[in-house]
Amino acid sequence: MRSSRRDRPWVFRTYSGHTSAAASNALYRTNLARGQTGLSVAFDLPTQTGYDADHPLARGEVGKVGVPIGHIADMQTLFDEIPLDRMNTSMTINATAAWLLSLYVAAAERQGVDPRQLSGTTQNDIIKEYLSRGTYAFPPEPSMRLISDMIAYTVDAIPKWNPINICSYHLQEAGATPEQEIAFAMANAIAVLDAVRARDDLPADALPRVVGRISFFLNAGIRFLEETCKCRAMTELWDEITRERYGVQDASLRRFRYGVQVNSLGLTEAQPENNVIRIVLEALGVTLSKNARCRALQLPAWNEALGLPRPWDQQWSLRIQQILAYETDLLEYADIFDGSPVIERKVQAMKTAAREELDRVLAMGGAVAAVENAYMKRRLVESHTARLRAIEKHELSVVGVNCYEEHERSPLVDGAQAILTVDESAEREQIERLEAFRRQRNAADVDAALKALRDAVGAGQNVMPPSIRAAHAGVTTGEWADVFRSLFGDYRAPTGVSVSTVADSDEALEAVRSQVRALGEQLGRPPKLLVGKPGLDGHSNGAEQIAVRARDVGMEVVYDGIRLTPEEIVQSARDEGVHVIGLSILSGSHGVLVLDVLEGLRRAGLSVPVVVGGIIPDDDAETLRKAGVQRVYTPKDWDLNRIMSEIAQLVAEAAAPA
Amino acid sequence: MRSSSPRRRPLPEPRAHETALAERLLARERDAVPEALNLIDDRRPDRREAALVLLDALASGARVRAAAGGVSPTCVGVTGAPGSGKSTLLDALVRKLRRGGETVGIVAVDPSSRRSGGALLGDRARVRSGAHDAGVFLRSMAARERLGGLADATWASVTVLAAVFDHVFVETVGVGQSEAEIADLADTLLFVAQPGAGDVLQFMKAGVLEHPDVFAVNKADQGPAAERTASELETGLALASRDRCGWTAPVLLVSAQDGRGIDALMATLRAHREHLVASGEGAQRRARGRQALVSDALERRYGSYGIERIGGREALLARVRQAEHVSGFALVLALGLEIEAALRRETGGSHRGGAPT
Repeated sequence: MRSSRRDRPWVFRTYSGHTSAAASNALYRTNLARGQTGLSVAFDLPTQTGYDADHPLARGEVGKVGVPIGHIADMQTLFDEIPLDRMNTSMTINATAAWLLSLYVAAAERQGVDPRQLSGTTQNDIIKEYLSRGTYAFPPEPSMRLISDMIAYTVDAIPKWNPINICSYHLQEAGATPEQEIAFAMANAIAVLDAVRARDDLPADALPRVVGRISFFLNAGIRFLEETCKCRAMTELWDEITRERYGVQDASLRRFRYGVQVNSLGLTEAQPENNVIRIVLEALGVTLSKNARCRALQLPAWNEALGLPRPWDQQWSLRIQQILAYETDLLEYADIFDGSPVIERKVQAMKTAAREELDRVLAMGGAVAAVENAYMKRRLVESHTARLRAIEKHELSVVGVNCYEEHERSPLVDGAQAILTVDESAEREQIERLEAFRRQRNAADVDAALKALRDAVGAGQNVMPPSIRAAHAGVTTGEWADVFRSLFGDYRAPTGVSVSTVADSDEALEAVRSQVRALGEQLGRPPKLLVGKPGLDGHSNGAEQIAVRARDVGMEVVYDGIRLTPEEIVQSARDEGVHVIGLSILSGSHGVLVLDVLEGLRRAGLSVPVVVGGIIPDDDAETLRKAGVQRVYTPKDWDLNRIMSEIAQLVAEAAAPA
Repeated sequence: MRSSSPRRRPLPEPRAHETALAERLLARERDAVPEALNLIDDRRPDRREAALVLLDALASGARVRAAAGGVSPTCVGVTGAPGSGKSTLLDALVRKLRRGGETVGIVAVDPSSRRSGGALLGDRARVRSGAHDAGVFLRSMAARERLGGLADATWASVTVLAAVFDHVFVETVGVGQSEAEIADLADTLLFVAQPGAGDVLQFMKAGVLEHPDVFAVNKADQGPAAERTASELETGLALASRDRCGWTAPVLLVSAQDGRGIDALMATLRAHREHLVASGEGAQRRARGRQALVSDALERRYGSYGIERIGGREALLARVRQAEHVSGFALVLALGLEIEAALRRETGGSHRGGAPT
């Protein structure tokens, strides 16, 4: 029996974009034709961190994890034949959000669309970039100002836009417990709203409307009942905070609105077909409870832990949403958890714990202070360490990883490579387009627009109007970001690893410790490991866990954080006198960057063994090994003690007299 | 062996490799620095001996250079609690020095884990001025507390860096302990505090007021909180005996973020250096440090039993004072050989002092 009264489903999205604006446009149009109801734009790392495709730091990264957008022409190509007044677009963009929104507005204006018609979201959450994702560009204070400028601008000029998506998603990826996820996200939202409230250029009645435009971006893990409770707890907490702290009277403006990308942390490389089941259950966690249901949902592809998903993989994830929304009876009921004492108890317990943690963060000065003093980062690193330890000790079961490992061969991954590979010519072609664009633009217009932008920033005016003018004038992404870099300076966030506590010992850990001690005797000093993250990829969780465990088995670890050039890594390896180098890369640019490091080591006359970890397809791993990499570790290598033992063995072999 | 005066060069036959390495360092060859630091970090007995030979050669070279009127590098110790912004402040100082064309070597010490013996030497990339600049050298070290003291490893590193670079900085984390350890080694000890770091009582309890020559309250861009901390430090210093040999440790407000107070801090560091020379305090400090280095190094290696074999601690210190033209490293080596000979005579066997464990 099919009820005639069904709720409207959430917005279906797929996080996508790669290679070039034209290739991504084709992908978007295909996805929309297949029933996707909104777009979710993935930008490449140079775009996210504010570099043009021809900048040295962009090498190897152009078009890899998303689409490169260098200027207005790229943005127009990206949305060619997609009417922006009728589209709901989510842009995963943070440090350079003000710029990408400016390009989006300019592209809409050139389509003849009034910006007031635009609806969608810019992620624009800088706090979690410092904590987890790593694509920040400027220090916290000026970054918060950019966010506040965007909020103040959009509230009237683009009233249907969600200028910020407070992300707890990445906190869970970084290891947060549900309570930490709630508390840190709320602290983050409070930091943003406090900054907006302190502005003197907003009318008094604007704050409730601003609150009404704040949306959240959540994660949903495999413990899906707990996730349901988390969403209910956040719904209640947000209602309380916005009423108590910001005096919002209109209940509809206090509504907790959120989008979701379900968990990637728990997706496995081993028996990857099982990920489909995980994704379905995780999707249930954020849709089952009507009163706390997500507004938009993105499902990852089953093979994300293997590499970039193909269109077919993304289509499969879209079908999950469509079956859930259109075939099942999910949307026919009122909230099915209302009145459940079990759920209510869990929700209240979570709220209490989250409130405590939130108060702790507020007491130390709020989210920005808790980034700078590394408090939040340290807590996340600790939680993540605890999670990995639990998997190692079999306290946490991951099917196919630490139990039920024996399996049939999967017809889905056998034979042909079950992932998308970005054509290596993408970078060169993007640079060619950029150069052609620079040649045809009016240099005087560009200079005037950049000067106007610099003046506005210096005078403390809202950066949005001059940024939109700069977009029309043909300013590039790198030029826009350079204005801010020159005024605000570079910034490096604390890594949070140096203060994390040492893991409790057990037999496996002790065995590696004695191996490392013996190695220290052989070397005359404890083995020294350099953990390096070359390139623009900021996903540092894996590198941090390796660094922490290496310390815990007795190694001395040099970890300088993210975004290092191959030259810096080679210099550090030589100056620091390390015995082994571990490189971590998740952006898919391992080919270029690892080879550059190996070449640099050769030129410096250093024979230090190199191991690599990351999302690295089998064929690429083989190429890296041939080029001289000693070991390649991928997400299926979950036993950190074994990795440490192998690294110690490598150092011992390298140190042994030939 | 008692008869062998430390005034004569008591070293074993010169080692060609170490001598060549020392020459490269004295010629300010940056590429020789990592190898030298690897050597002095090595605890295997034969490597340790080689390291002492190298260090003695460097110390002699430095004396020759000073006698020829060369400027000897300053060594500034930088301490402060985690999160006080030491690295960022150091970065600001380094940038300033680099603009003046002066070169900088940095040793950054992080604590070792007592349980695992490992260490995380992190966040050094905040000294960004070092990237792609051959005029800046940075080496991280683990304190290896359980292996006995920070002092002789940093001492050796500073000696290597001082041969090559115009300025040497030693950065250590921790409040209380590390100031005392670095005080004798550094010409100038700079303590970095952050706003809201604590009240006077906490500063005094932590013992941070006794050793530093200069106090910098960082993050002055945060306004009143920084000023409050500065005045609390002033109060604490007024209670402690602040005046040492005519130098009153000043409290400066600085901001590594917006650059305020950096020039004044630099000028203060230079003024302290001039004071050290003019007052003779610098020479005294180095002499005190040399005694501590020699006796600590020998004690760690041979224990008080070994020290007794050459007449005990007082006699040892007297000999160090007397042999004022011999480098501390040569003394460690010579006196060590003397102790080993005495122990051999005693046991009649071939005893050899092992690496400290």
